Amino acid sequence: MAPLLEVQHLKKYFKTNRGMLHAVDDVSFTLDAGKTLGVVGESGCGKSTLGRTILHLTDATDGKILFEGRDITYPTRRELSQLRQNMQIIFQDPYSSLNPRMSVSETIMEPLKLSKKYSKAEIIERTKELMATVGLAERFWNTYPHELDGGRRQRIGIARALALGPKFIVCDEPVSALDVSIQAQILNLMLDLQEERNLTYIFITHDLSVVKYISDEIMVMYLGQVVEKAPSHELFRNTLHPYSKALLSAIPIPKVDAQRELIPMKGEVTSPINPRPGCRFTARCPYVEEKCHEPQVLEEIMPNHFVSCCRCREINEISETVKGRN
Amino acid sequence: MESNVLLEVKDLKVEYHTDETVVHAVNGVSLTLREGETLGLVGETGAGKTTIARTILGILPKPQGHVTQGEIIFEGRNLLELSEKEMRKIRGDKIAMIFQDPMTALNPIERVGDQITEAIRLHNKISHAEAVLRSMDMLEMVGIPKERYPEFPHQFSGGMKQRVVIAMALACNPKLLLADEPTTALDVTIQAQVLALMRDLTKRLGTSVILITHDLGVVASTCQSVAVAYAGEIVEYGTVYHIFNNPLHPYTKGLFDSLPDLDVSKKRLKPIRGMMPDPTNLPEGCTFCERCDYAMEICARKKPAVYEPEQGHTVRCFLAERRVTDGAFAGSAASEKVL
Amino acid sequence: MKSKKRSRLGETWHRLKKNKAAVIGLVVVIIVLLVAIFAPLLAPYPYDQQDLSNVYAKPSREHLLGTDKFGRDNLSRLIWGSRNSLIMGLGCVALGTLFGITVGSIAGYFGGRVDIVIMRIMDVFSCVPMLLMCVVIAAILGPSIQNAILAIAISTTPSCARLIRANILTVRDKEFVEAAKAIDAKSPHIILRHILPNAIAPTIVATTMNIGNSIISGATLSFIGLGAQPPLAEWGAMLSEGRNYMRQHMELVLYPGICIMITVLAFNLLGDGLRDALDPRLKN
Repeated sequence: MAPLLEVQHLKKYFKTNRGMLHAVDDVSFTLDAGKTLGVVGESGCGKSTLGRTILHLTDATDGKILFEGRDITYPTRRELSQLRQNMQIIFQDPYSSLNPRMSVSETIMEPLKLSKKYSKAEIIERTKELMATVGLAERFWNTYPHELDGGRRQRIGIARALALGPKFIVCDEPVSALDVSIQAQILNLMLDLQEERNLTYIFITHDLSVVKYISDEIMVMYLGQVVEKAPSHELFRNTLHPYSKALLSAIPIPKVDAQRELIPMKGEVTSPINPRPGCRFTARCPYVEEKCHEPQVLEEIMPNHFVSCCRCREINEISETVKGRN
Repeated sequence: MESNVLLEVKDLKVEYHTDETVVHAVNGVSLTLREGETLGLVGETGAGKTTIARTILGILPKPQGHVTQGEIIFEGRNLLELSEKEMRKIRGDKIAMIFQDPMTALNPIERVGDQITEAIRLHNKISHAEAVLRSMDMLEMVGIPKERYPEFPHQFSGGMKQRVVIAMALACNPKLLLADEPTTALDVTIQAQVLALMRDLTKRLGTSVILITHDLGVVASTCQSVAVAYAGEIVEYGTVYHIFNNPLHPYTKGLFDSLPDLDVSKKRLKPIRGMMPDPTNLPEGCTFCERCDYAMEICARKKPAVYEPEQGHTVRCFLAERRVTDGAFAGSAASEKVL
Repeated sequence: MKSKKRSRLGETWHRLKKNKAAVIGLVVVIIVLLVAIFAPLLAPYPYDQQDLSNVYAKPSREHLLGTDKFGRDNLSRLIWGSRNSLIMGLGCVALGTLFGITVGSIAGYFGGRVDIVIMRIMDVFSCVPMLLMCVVIAAILGPSIQNAILAIAISTTPSCARLIRANILTVRDKEFVEAAKAIDAKSPHIILRHILPNAIAPTIVATTMNIGNSIISGATLSFIGLGAQPPLAEWGAMLSEGRNYMRQHMELVLYPGICIMITVLAFNLLGDGLRDALDPRLKN
């Protein structure tokens, strides 16, 4: 089965006064239908830009995006309209991602109206269905976002994303702004929807416990580059890249006497503007050596487990021979 | 080894009066904080945590905020009875507060070092030169090289800014530090560093901390005692061992159940259904009743009183009361878990 | 107990009602508007009916506010004057805002070179003082109320354009605009449905405040003979006519002056109240 989405060497650079900002630098992955790819990283790692570039909310600087086998990197206006039916996005901030002057029903109906494919009656019918699907009572039909809490607003965003019946949804930190108990509700909703409709997700977040819960495969990003990519459980069982290790050690665990040893990272995050070649983690990595300044390659260190670190094997004491095909 | 009680909040009630409604933000909260202790005040949005902190510091928004009941005893005095002049002497000097957003807590047009110096001079009659020296010490203490004294906030990253804020707060060596979600806006790795810094500093200086957060992980790693807030009440209170190993209130349990776990694979999270009640229209009886899987008939009618099933561990819940009195709980065994 | 069923308009109105100053402003504005609309019915005399035997008359039963230097009834001229003054004030604002919104929206939404070119043109226009603009237009097209309205509108366009552009810049980068793009909305739809409705609130307030200024500008132009031409009654023109006889007949200056002042004050109070009512977050 061909993957639903394939991204090859995707780059997105922004021109700034101080130079070229390498927001996304040479990212590649494939994603099968019905699966979830988690993209993790801290601020400035490029995960949001990655999502928006795939969705053509901003143009790619270089690289290829293939959807269902077709090259959609630079689509025509017509192709883009078509794509938008299939690829949607859920935003992080349920406060700013909704037009404060549009009611719940108007927000959900908008994509249906714009597509010009449905009659007025059908639009109303579909909107009612969507509201029921995401758990919004019909009495909210005429309410405005400011009258609702974060959880309900996020449900509106989800309903809007589902309206056109997409196959693929980019979820940009969809639960980060929500309270813990509401987070759980929304995550469960998203999983249910995925099962029912065979949806494919790219789930962008900084929260490692959430990403583990929801993803099949996880990609760790740092300053625009992919540093590690592995199946969900494998990443946590066997964390290989120094940054991933540091990241994991920093997560506060809701258990007493279970605190991990914090792996310290020196210094500050370096700038993604006009970056030096080589690994971008060198400024803070405890294992840095001369060869780290050469361009790194995303290598398959263990079956299906890719790491971009020239010292990976040494640090983790893996012998050369452990390398199989799945 | 029990140290002295530094702060005692007794049955505090706070309301916000708007043109149209009355918001019951805090409804009968009692807390005790000892010297050197870090108390985690956990809860979700709207639970009243920030209001409690603001009331302690005396910075409730006027004219909407009203304290309708209660006492806040700090170092033997009831803060609620002090005049504004007396409170000003305490603020920054004996009680300090740090807020969530480091971007807005610092004055963007003033040098970072000067802001700390200003805080020091406000409460200490020392010369400018000496205050500057002390500021530099504070900067070093929070891990910022003192050469960065003359820099401006925009030259620092989020984590560094928060360190500066901590330096400012601790500059006068306050007895009590109120930290309102100090690391929520920071990246996870920076958060870990800042929390480690706070732990270290407060231990060294003997500062008591009330750490407001919604993150149970932060509580587990940083706090000795925990108060769980819900709809303006403390529904459960105890040491960190009590709350994490033996949560009694259904809300507390619900919070733990809705967390994805890094170690164990959960098939589905168990969210708490429904939402926190409207603070302008609180229900009679237990505030959590509507969302509770264990709700009994009495829960809707009466408010549960504070009940202490084991020493140092209190909970507001009829179920917990019933369980322990019925003996279905290892109540007596639990009292051996004394810290 | 609490009715959350109020629409946005209803909520705005509710908040406005509570602001006593704004309500007073609104009432006065409505009164002035009604007077202007029903002027033919309300004015006891036509505005240009002269009675040279009865100049500078004191207030009497026939002439409640006396007469002016041509024996025309002052009350009637004030009533008719409200019409022309309001036409100038509201007309300029309407026209200026229309120009400003159009120009500012295009500049703000598209950005880049379009933005730069448009805003530099606006800069040029804002360097020309309004009076000068008016004189030039009057010289070319002849002095009249319509041309005065045009001149004032052109001179208020740059500030309105700048205001709308600034609001659009803040709204343009909001996530819900991105969301609209994601559901395949095209630029005109995005501007009209998403950006303008959210950018316009500050403009509404500025516009209402501008009405006051425009009334004064209109009066100024009439005062110097470039707006309402005699024998049209207009408060500014009346001020001008009474100017030379201020010492002996102060009422000729006082009456129109007070009218201008009350009307402008009313619009300003209303504008202030509207701002607070439209976005209560600004107040708190």
